[in-house]
Amino acid sequence: MGEAVELAIANLTSPMILFFVLGLLAAWAKSDLTIPEAIAKGLAIYLMLAIGFKGGAGVAQHGADSTLLLALLAGIVLSAILPFIAFQALIRTSNLPRVDAAAIAACYGSISIVTFLAATQVLDTGGISYEGYMVAIAAAMETPPIMAALWLSKKGTPSLDRTAFREVFLNGSIVVLVGAFIIGWITGEEGLKSISAFIVDPFKGILCLFLLDMGIVAGRGLRDGKNLSAPVILFGLYMPLIGAALGWATANLIGLSIGGTALMTTLAASASYIAVPAAMRVALPDARPSLYLPLSLGVTFPFNLAIGIPLYIYFAAAFQ
Amino acid sequence: METFLKKRIDIMVEAPLMDRVIAILDEQNVSGYTVLPALSGRGKDGAWHRDGQIGRVGAVVQIFCIVDESREQDVLEPLFRLVSRQIGIVTISDVRVVRPDHF
Repeated sequence: MGEAVELAIANLTSPMILFFVLGLLAAWAKSDLTIPEAIAKGLAIYLMLAIGFKGGAGVAQHGADSTLLLALLAGIVLSAILPFIAFQALIRTSNLPRVDAAAIAACYGSISIVTFLAATQVLDTGGISYEGYMVAIAAAMETPPIMAALWLSKKGTPSLDRTAFREVFLNGSIVVLVGAFIIGWITGEEGLKSISAFIVDPFKGILCLFLLDMGIVAGRGLRDGKNLSAPVILFGLYMPLIGAALGWATANLIGLSIGGTALMTTLAASASYIAVPAAMRVALPDARPSLYLPLSLGVTFPFNLAIGIPLYIYFAAAFQ
Repeated sequence: METFLKKRIDIMVEAPLMDRVIAILDEQNVSGYTVLPALSGRGKDGAWHRDGQIGRVGAVVQIFCIVDESREQDVLEPLFRLVSRQIGIVTISDVRVVRPDHF
C-alpha cells in the first residue's frame, strides 16, 4: 500500500497536476486568465497527433501481437456496456429524466483522451511500458456509447442522421489520433526519430499548458454546475470506479501488460466531455448540457487526474 | 437614396448545429449569409464562454441572412423545426437595403 501512497504523492506533486490545480484556482478566484479558443484547439490537435504517432511507432517497433484485435473488440464491447450500467445507476439513485440520464450515461461509456494522456505520462515517468496500440483502443471506445444512449433514451428523437454519423465518426480528434497512429505505424522508429524534437521533447510542457486550460474550464464548469444534485455528484465519483473495475477485469482477461491494464482501466473510468457532448446536442437536444458537461469535466475528470490514475496503476501492478 | 424593405433573420445557435443551419439556408437558396463567433453569454441554460473550449459544446455562433419578405416563411419553417429544441434564439427584424436584387 506504501507504493500506492508514493505513486499518489508523486502524481499530485507533478507539474501536470499542479498546473491543472492552478487553472481550477484561477477559475474559482474569477481571474481573467484564459487560453484563447484557437490556441486551446491547437494544443489539443498537437497532443492527439503526438500520442497517436508515438503509439503507431511503438506498434511498428515492437510488432502488433495477437491481443490487438482482442483488445480492440473488448474496448468496443466495454464502452457499449458501460452506458447501460451508468443509466441504471442514475435512474435508481437520482430523479433525472430519462433523456438526461441517457446523455450522462453516454459520456461515462465513452472516454476522455486527456485522462488517457495524463495516465501515459504517469506510466512514462514511472518507467512502466504499455502497448502502443492502446491509442487505437481509445479511439474505438469513443463512439459506441452514443448509439447506446440513443437506444436508452428511446423518446429522444431525432436519431443520428447521416450528417451526425459523419460528425461522430470523423470528428477532428478521432481523425488526427487515428491518422497519426497509422502514420507512426508506417514510418516506425525512423519516423519518430525524425520528428521527436517536435512531438517528444515539448510534449510534457504542452500537456501542462493544456491542463492549465482544462483546469480553468473545469473550474468554470464546477462554478456553473449548480444544477447537479448530490446523487448526481456522487455518481460522478463512484461511476469511474465501476468503469475502472470492469476495465481492469477486461484487461486481465485479454492479457494486457501492467501499463496496458492501467490504461484500459483509465479509459473505462474516464468520461467524455468533447465528442459525446457534441453528439448529444444533435441527437438528444432535450438532454441538458448543464448537467453532463460539469459532471464529466468538473467532477470526474479532476477525480481521475488526482486520485484515479495512481489508483488504477497501483491496482494494475498489484493484482496482475 | 432609395432603400427597400427586407427581412433580416438572426439565428443564435449552439455551435454543433451550425452546419445544419447553413445547410437549410443553402437548401432554401438564400442568396447569402454570415456566421460570427460569439464570445460569451448567459441564457436560461446557464453561462458559456468561448475561450478555452476545446469542444464545440458551450460555444455559440450567430448566423444572419437577409431575405425578401415573400421568402421569410419558407426559410423560417425548416429553421424552426431544427432549432426549436436547441439552445439559441431566432429573431426577425425589418431592415432597409439599397440593392434589393441581391436578396
